[in-house]
Amino acid sequence: MISVQSAPFDLGDIANRFAAAQTGAGAIVTFSGVVRGDGGLIGLEIEHYPAMTLPAIEDMVSAARARFGLLDAWVIHRYGRLGVGEVIMMVAASASHRKDAFAGAEFLMDYLKSRAPFWKKEHRADGTAWVAAKDSDEVSLTRWD
Amino acid sequence: MITVVYFAWLRERIGTGREQIETQAETVSQLVAELSAIDSYHAAAFADLRAVRVAVDQVLTDFDAKLVAAKEVAFFPPMTGG
Repeated sequence: MISVQSAPFDLGDIANRFAAAQTGAGAIVTFSGVVRGDGGLIGLEIEHYPAMTLPAIEDMVSAARARFGLLDAWVIHRYGRLGVGEVIMMVAASASHRKDAFAGAEFLMDYLKSRAPFWKKEHRADGTAWVAAKDSDEVSLTRWD
Repeated sequence: MITVVYFAWLRERIGTGREQIETQAETVSQLVAELSAIDSYHAAAFADLRAVRVAVDQVLTDFDAKLVAAKEVAFFPPMTGG
């Protein structure tokens, strides 16, 4: 299941539904990203490229499943205005064993960060600014080469 | 005719998120040169291509990519998902 949506979602509900949908998995890893309230941040505005977002994430999920033998993987990613503390996105990955589930989730996170067409804009009391991609995010991707 | 779409600060700098361009450009680089010549806003957006990424028909590519039969070209900054 892949969902790109503006609406909030219930982490626990998704995690439970993911777990219930698995047959034969021995390990489930979930990760969620949250709007970090540092330096006077009021919230984020997330823009995306609708025609590209879903196919790009589908490719990442296919690659992760093939590479780590994931039995299943779900991705939910929000766009629009989000306040501090709100959940931006989540990844759930299942595998026979723990290591593959963790690695698959990390692989998906690294690719979502730098290869899924989302852009974050920070809103602060004194104005707005687009978040710059970090060099370290590109370096993180190279470990999967 | 090709559809050109912009996101994030490129959209803001150019002042639109989408435009139709009549072009004979054979590569992304040639298209960028044509777009940069439209006005100072386009020129500013494409001033430093190290800060710009491109997708042709929703697939990430580079500035040398050919535009044969391309319908949509997107320009945007490095992505910040997750």
